[in-house]
Amino acid sequence: MAEVPDHLLQRSLDRRAFLAAQGGGAGGGAAAAAPADDPGKIPTSLLERSAAGGGTATATAPATTRPAATPAAGPAGHTQRLLTVVKAGSIQDVKAVPTDKVHTWPHLLIGEFVATMAMTAFLLVFSAVVNAPLLGMANPNRTPNPSKAPWYFLGLQELLTMFHPMVAGVTIPGMGLIALGAAGYIDKNPSNKPEDRKFAIALMTLFLMFWATLVIIGSFFRGEGFNFILPWRQGVHDIFDL
Amino acid sequence: MAKRLVAKGEFSRKLSERVEKVQGSQFWASVFRPGSIFRKGYTDSPRNRSYVIMNSVLYHLHPVKVKRHAVKVSYTLCLGGLSFFLFIMLTVTGIFLMFFYRPTAANAWNDIATLHTSVAFGLLVRNMHRWAAHLMVLSVFLHMARVFYHGAYKPPREFNWVIGVMLLMLTLLLSFTGYLLPWDQLALWAVTVGTNMMGYTPVFGSQVRFVLLGGAEIGTDTLLRWYVLHVLMLPFVIVIFMAVHFWRVRKDGGISGPL
Repeated sequence: MAEVPDHLLQRSLDRRAFLAAQGGGAGGGAAAAAPADDPGKIPTSLLERSAAGGGTATATAPATTRPAATPAAGPAGHTQRLLTVVKAGSIQDVKAVPTDKVHTWPHLLIGEFVATMAMTAFLLVFSAVVNAPLLGMANPNRTPNPSKAPWYFLGLQELLTMFHPMVAGVTIPGMGLIALGAAGYIDKNPSNKPEDRKFAIALMTLFLMFWATLVIIGSFFRGEGFNFILPWRQGVHDIFDL
Repeated sequence: MAKRLVAKGEFSRKLSERVEKVQGSQFWASVFRPGSIFRKGYTDSPRNRSYVIMNSVLYHLHPVKVKRHAVKVSYTLCLGGLSFFLFIMLTVTGIFLMFFYRPTAANAWNDIATLHTSVAFGLLVRNMHRWAAHLMVLSVFLHMARVFYHGAYKPPREFNWVIGVMLLMLTLLLSFTGYLLPWDQLALWAVTVGTNMMGYTPVFGSQVRFVLLGGAEIGTDTLLRWYVLHVLMLPFVIVIFMAVHFWRVRKDGGISGPL
């Protein structure tokens, strides 16, 4: 049960003191004070009112000789009393903060539809213009020079030129992958505001740039024997294919 | 002239009567649930806007309402959705390609060459499949970067981020297994380099390589294994992971932000 706030209790006490000082003369004064004197008893003024109104007073109603000020009004003419104060928190516990939302249809679906149509159009036009490569039939006896992995693995292949295969092919990508997956558990900073997370953003940007640079070098700057070359000297046709 | 106008009015009246009849039929009403924009008497009201989602299969993907900032293209750049869409495109074009392809060393390359020259739209569909695959790797990667820069990998979304990293790996594996299938020099040697790298994994590296290749080096057994991985097993796994990924997006409170 919620506690009655102090200021309301104080107001009640003040009121009672005031009425007591008036000597209980006013009709409502006694009624207001009654519940405090004997909480189990029905205030006389209410009994009077029900007797006067419906004529169906309960049998236990004590007879009263008080001059019935029939509608038992308070000193200021109030016809209701404060029974209890229930604070909002004890009834409804609002956890969610209301957010600004829009209907998925049409606001989101239209955008998605346009995006898929644009992607389809781009893919169709690009595929009509640029053909996928199909080199000569696979021949295990003829190794092309250079031999390259698919472009997204060229960062790893580039690392292979610098480190032992165990380190370049397993340790570095493995650690990177684990660190990436665990990012949500490592990063304890709760904010998602860019200004609060300069370190995380700097670290991720370095990480992404590291791989992007390696992939670009592996793709375009490695020629015969995986030696460093300049693509604008030799052209990319012999060294890179998708 | 006047007679033609009357005839035209007659025609359009009959047409709208016909449309009315079809849209009022039991079949039509059973196909399109209340709130569908194709249903008879659809009007743009908040109630119907909710029903469009609630009463369609889209409810598995989207809530009825989304945060206002989330529908801005500049927030997501559509990258996650486009990755998913590219996956669907790849499935559709891939099924087409499967009709004309046999995964054996003797047939694979010739089937692709025949596809180019003798199958209607064969070359176009193969091009689309190839470029969509590269684009999907790119878009999944960029989606990851976008999510990181928005801090969306943080609690309560930290587990969905882990699933996302797995989806990135699965995307790479799907692309890599598909790389071998044309059975040309590019495919053979790219996969040779790639699987050699994998063989350096300590303890079980060479065993895994042996199982994946179906032998000590790439051959017709490898082709069959990678074909099954590419068209069946990896798509099956990635679809499950995608389902969990999309479900968790909603369960973790919808899209992140605003910043």
